[in-house]
Amino acid sequence: MRHLLSTLDLDADTATELLDTAAKLKATLLGREVRKLPTLRGRTVVTMFYENSTRTRVSFEVAGKWMSADVINVSAGGSSVGKGESLRDTALTLAAAGADCVIVRHPASGAAQRLAHWLSDNGTAVVNAGDGTHEHPTQALLDAATLRERLGDLSGRRVGIVGDVLHSRVARSNVHLLRTLGAEVVLVAPPTLLPAGVDEWKVPVSYELDPELPTLDAVMMLRVQAERMHGGFFPSAREYSIAYGLNEARLRMLPEHAVVLHPGPMLRGMEIASAVADSPRAAITQQVSNGVHVRMAVLYHLLAAGEGHE
Amino acid sequence: MTSPLLIKGVRPYGEGAPVDLVVRDGVIVAIGAEASAADLAGAEVLDAGGLVALPGFVDLHTHLREPGREDTETIATGSAAAALGGYTAVFAMANTDPVADNAVVVEHVWRRGREVGLVDVRPVGAVTVGLKGEKLAELGTMARSLAGVRVFSDDGHCVFDPLVMRRALEYTKALGGVVAQHAEEPRLTVGAQAHEGEVAARLGLTGWPAVAEESIVARDCLLAQHVGARLHVCHVSTAGTADVLRWAKNRPAGVAGRMAEAVISAEVTPHHLLLTDERLNGYDPVNKVNPPLRSGGDAEALRRALAEGVIDCVATDHAPHAAQDKDCEWSAARPGMLGLQTALSVVVRTMVETGLLDWRGVARVMSERPAEIAGLPDHGRPIAAGEPANLVLVDPDARWTVRGAELASLATNTPYEGMELPARVVGTVFHGRPTAWDGKVRH
Repeated sequence: MRHLLSTLDLDADTATELLDTAAKLKATLLGREVRKLPTLRGRTVVTMFYENSTRTRVSFEVAGKWMSADVINVSAGGSSVGKGESLRDTALTLAAAGADCVIVRHPASGAAQRLAHWLSDNGTAVVNAGDGTHEHPTQALLDAATLRERLGDLSGRRVGIVGDVLHSRVARSNVHLLRTLGAEVVLVAPPTLLPAGVDEWKVPVSYELDPELPTLDAVMMLRVQAERMHGGFFPSAREYSIAYGLNEARLRMLPEHAVVLHPGPMLRGMEIASAVADSPRAAITQQVSNGVHVRMAVLYHLLAAGEGHE
Repeated sequence: MTSPLLIKGVRPYGEGAPVDLVVRDGVIVAIGAEASAADLAGAEVLDAGGLVALPGFVDLHTHLREPGREDTETIATGSAAAALGGYTAVFAMANTDPVADNAVVVEHVWRRGREVGLVDVRPVGAVTVGLKGEKLAELGTMARSLAGVRVFSDDGHCVFDPLVMRRALEYTKALGGVVAQHAEEPRLTVGAQAHEGEVAARLGLTGWPAVAEESIVARDCLLAQHVGARLHVCHVSTAGTADVLRWAKNRPAGVAGRMAEAVISAEVTPHHLLLTDERLNGYDPVNKVNPPLRSGGDAEALRRALAEGVIDCVATDHAPHAAQDKDCEWSAARPGMLGLQTALSVVVRTMVETGLLDWRGVARVMSERPAEIAGLPDHGRPIAAGEPANLVLVDPDARWTVRGAELASLATNTPYEGMELPARVVGTVFHGRPTAWDGKVRH
């Protein structure tokens, strides 16, 4: 693995290996007072965030620090365009300054892939920490890690992804990864929040949540962003919540063992009721803590694997 | 009387045995048997053994970037690219800086084109002031200027307001002009980045739906037939637009207002004939263009519509861009690609090799029809004695590999980089004078 840009690039073996490494790291660190491994000592990891994100940036930073990498955070306000230096120049500068790995969050779909292209001569690894409405592969990995902990092997499991599939990078990464791991995915959304080419994803699509609930082993609630609420994609927040919000009545329609996921940040009372988010069926804080271990595993596989550091 | 030009051994339209052409004072004076009788004292000889002769190409849609972005193309470099691509006339789009929405700018472009002298540079006038779609530009003043503007377009922007479009169509009737519409419903394309379909869905790029083009084309056809005006549809990109055009062109006379006077024409770009949105997979913005690359089914339908005559002609939408405006993230990149020097080869690949057009057909879609649409009397004429000597000489059997850095344009943004393409323009004759020969411009 040279970069992590899309979950489409992960075959079942590689994905499973990443998840196994994450589980191993989690077990290793469990109960330790000093949570620090020497694995990436002397390696420099740069996070480049062109969008605000506390949880993802902190998670990557902690992952790097727990493995003793030197982590540098570059936060770029707004887009690179028209505000001085281009994304390409910034990336080349960071690589020339000695970054072994660049973790990038950018509002433009494909930005991570472009970065990997520009850095192809430098040997710098690129991790996509969310590019526009394209992908967010480490989110999908941490979701899969959480589901494995709760459900065991994912093959044959049925996962519902509910909400703004059209604009969600989390949805895209999860559709690919879950299918690679053998799970069945069903997308649930109003027609206005499904991409035009979704038929060719060859996954079941439903406009209604209720009939799907009893069939699901897990349900992943996507965040509804404020700009969608005012963008005319649906009539009102209230109507959306009535049709697609996961409330307590709907929670009872899920099988006993079913898991509730949310990538955060949550809009309580909108796509998820407070009582549901705080129920033991929800794995939302578990997702966050798995995020660190999964990102450690990604950094390990990109920067240390194959060098006998194990 | 200037010394004559003898073009030896060409096959007009790729038909029959090779013949000689004698050209003098910008006119074909003798052909075949008559040529041997002509007075050839002091003649320049072009040895064109076996080359196909066609009327010089006419491009209704070229961005020459002067004035404003002379770092990416100038009238001089764009004219060179045109000559090397077999063109004898190009229409320079109005979206320059300043915009060509007044007589001063169009006369400047026209004058610079004449000074360079490689190709007829015909300025397109903006339909509305500043391309803003609100207020008609001084169309009559541009028409009556030295530049004699007859084609008006806000290309890059759609003349979206239906009332402004109606007025533009009506008003240009008095000028013998045609409105060339960039058909893009602006509300349906807010933030649009790629053809709305499976590829855009997977790549997370905001869709540019086919219906945003088709709905405007349908409206404009109805408007043109209602007021009896001339409408030209720029860069048709979808199968549905071809259907709409087929319907509009075949409506029985008399069903709408002033149908008898209305004339509807349309162009397709070489890139929409050859490339599809599958090219977007690596997010390389060299493939970003407006309207976007569409599906394989669309490309197939466009080829058939061009062969059928539903789409009248090929226009390049040659759009040079600086490296920094292309080598960036997809959404920040500017749309457009080079096209003048690759157009013929792409047309041969998509239309001739597939059996959809013969060389007569190529002459029709790249020269005769565009010259008629724009009302250029000296271009797109038959290859015959007494006709203007605007010619292109093509080696139909050559193959060449495209290299952006080797093209005459200042910018290098060709989507065909490294691609091997059939057929090569060996020579271009502009008003009786060779402007390009064997890959080199001749001033």
